[in-house]
Amino acid sequence: MRRSTKFAAVLTAGILSVALTACGGGSDNKNSANDTGSSGGKSDIKVGMAYDIGGRGDQSFNDMAAAGLDKAKSEFGIKTSESEATPDEAESAKEDRLIQLADAGYNPVIAVGFAYSEAVGKVAKQYPDVKFAIIDDTANTDKNVTNLVFAEEQGSFLVGAAAALKSKAGHIGFVGGVNTPLINKFEAGYDAGAKAVNPSIKIESAYLTQPPDFTGFNDPGKGKTAAEGQFDAGADVVYHAAGGSGLGVFQAAKAAKGLAIGVDSDQYLTASADLQPFILTSMIKHVDVAVYNFIKSVKDGDPLTGTVTFDLKAGGVDFSTSGGQVDDIKSKLDDFKKQIIDGTIKVPTTVK
Amino acid sequence: MRFDVRRAALTLAAPLLAIIFAVLVTSLVLAVAGDPVGEVWSTIFSKPKPRNIVNIINSGSVLYLSALAVAVGFRMNLFNIGVDGQYRLAAFVAAYVAGEAWLPGKLNVVFSIVVAIAVGAIWAGIAGLLRVTRGVSEVISTIMLNSIATYLVAYLLRQVSAKGTNNIHTNDIPVSSQLAGFKIVPDAPIAVYTLSLLAVVAAVFYWLLLNRTVFGFNLRATGQSESAAVASGVNVKKMIIVSMLISGGIAGLIGMPLLFGDSYNYGLTFQTGLGFAGIAVALLGRNNPIGIAFAALLFAFLNEQSNALQLTAGVSNDIVNIMQGVIVLSVVVAYEVVRRYNNAAEQRRVAAQLESTRQPEEVAA
Repeated sequence: MRRSTKFAAVLTAGILSVALTACGGGSDNKNSANDTGSSGGKSDIKVGMAYDIGGRGDQSFNDMAAAGLDKAKSEFGIKTSESEATPDEAESAKEDRLIQLADAGYNPVIAVGFAYSEAVGKVAKQYPDVKFAIIDDTANTDKNVTNLVFAEEQGSFLVGAAAALKSKAGHIGFVGGVNTPLINKFEAGYDAGAKAVNPSIKIESAYLTQPPDFTGFNDPGKGKTAAEGQFDAGADVVYHAAGGSGLGVFQAAKAAKGLAIGVDSDQYLTASADLQPFILTSMIKHVDVAVYNFIKSVKDGDPLTGTVTFDLKAGGVDFSTSGGQVDDIKSKLDDFKKQIIDGTIKVPTTVK
Repeated sequence: MRFDVRRAALTLAAPLLAIIFAVLVTSLVLAVAGDPVGEVWSTIFSKPKPRNIVNIINSGSVLYLSALAVAVGFRMNLFNIGVDGQYRLAAFVAAYVAGEAWLPGKLNVVFSIVVAIAVGAIWAGIAGLLRVTRGVSEVISTIMLNSIATYLVAYLLRQVSAKGTNNIHTNDIPVSSQLAGFKIVPDAPIAVYTLSLLAVVAAVFYWLLLNRTVFGFNLRATGQSESAAVASGVNVKKMIIVSMLISGGIAGLIGMPLLFGDSYNYGLTFQTGLGFAGIAVALLGRNNPIGIAFAALLFAFLNEQSNALQLTAGVSNDIVNIMQGVIVLSVVVAYEVVRRYNNAAEQRRVAAQLESTRQPEEVAA
């Protein structure tokens, strides 16, 4: 037992440090939970949000969803309640989260991320009168479930083309957060876009973690190491689809005097001033628009149903122009955009 | 070891004091952070709804299996930190096998469980083999094997899953092999996993093995003093290998209640981290099959009841991790204090006895 005493101390220290960091991230909940909207018009709609791990403040996917909720809240004066997933939680905890929101009268309930796929499927059947929406998943076909998905490959195609047009070495890189089919879509579009510009381009590819280890979305250190490796190998533009780990990719770009491409939101706008010159563009995935549109449709009494795809045509994905680094190639990118929208270019969703 | 009322009271007092201490520490953390202390405790210690009771039993039984796998190693002074990797790999392979449905109905279930035990045992056995042949610490090798298991499962999952969905998973287990569970909690819309019974079976096996077999005696002897065990003719190398195989075999069972009672496949959202939770539960339960049961239910209770914290108190349910950490730490410290106190008391008692047996002689002389 004495060896186990020492071991317990180490283990506990580990648990505590994890818990403390997690609490740091979770402290925002306090302000948002159970708040009532104060500005804007009045609406008796109560919207429940169940975030994926990281929740509000993850500077990425969840924050984009929160932005959509905040916009709807200030415009429609809806009531909201929010809750987020914790690492290593049981599947029943996800179900519980949705059930608690539904029980408390929140309708619609929006689940952020495909991790809720099975939970939404089960809970939607138990609450046929509650409307559910899930982002990034199409598995559920229940009448009261709306699937909000994105054509990430189309937006990634455009930034891939931008990377190839800007690369002097004919050598670019891709850093994915976690090796899942969702992130593979980003890579597939990016590769296709780059090759559309330069068929002989060399593309590095790295994933930070393998599922079920989802820390790759929130580990700037790993992102930096991976991007450094790609810059060292000769790449001069690196695109990341790695959520919070992307900060490390930007830092690596600065150190190597290369260029980085952001993801999800227009990351030029949120990056610190010293990193901004190294951010070429960002592949914008309008999770905020999807959330806002869904809430609006419910409020207007004509809810979105089935699977709604937010693609280039619908303005669901795009490339950003902040910083002006893509101004000289914008016409070329817009041309690609037009071809994707009219169907001339079909963008693959899987990496060969 | 004779029964001693004071000793038993001390043993029970340690975990109780630890829980009270943990509540105080957690309250302090909440107060410092400016969070509503009262609402947090009223949420956690509120009466669980029927659905929550079922969830507590379910996740308690899964935690129990995990802790038992760890405890087998602990009793032998082996740290199988690889329970996490062992159960994930075993659950994946078993889910694949069950999803392929080579056998009909319940036979499919039994076969898959056997496969899971075998896979868990083999994965843990690698660490045992490295330890006895190359002297590699099982702590290091099992951590490495956890990482390898992650990569291996991620790779294999991509190979066997249907394309076109973001939540890739193995084929669903056929309906004839899915287990409906026991509706033992009235008014609960969900059932207790049928394979929660595995926890009971494993508990009986663990108790019999350790207390009623020569192997169990040798295992405990080796755990308490390896040199003494060697001197009395125990083959320590064989013991290490067999203990790791048993530990890994039990680890293989961890995912089975979830697989056949809830998810019906192994995918990206299959529950992770159970192996590490098991280490804490085993420490709290002092490697005792009954102690572990209480510890597992306590952890499951805290996890389940904390789910509502974000909505009722606006506090992240991660706060419960702090509480669990403090409980484990203070329990271990408390046991150590009790152990030293008992040792000292024993020494005083023996010394006093020696003193009293010597005195009459001196008087006589």
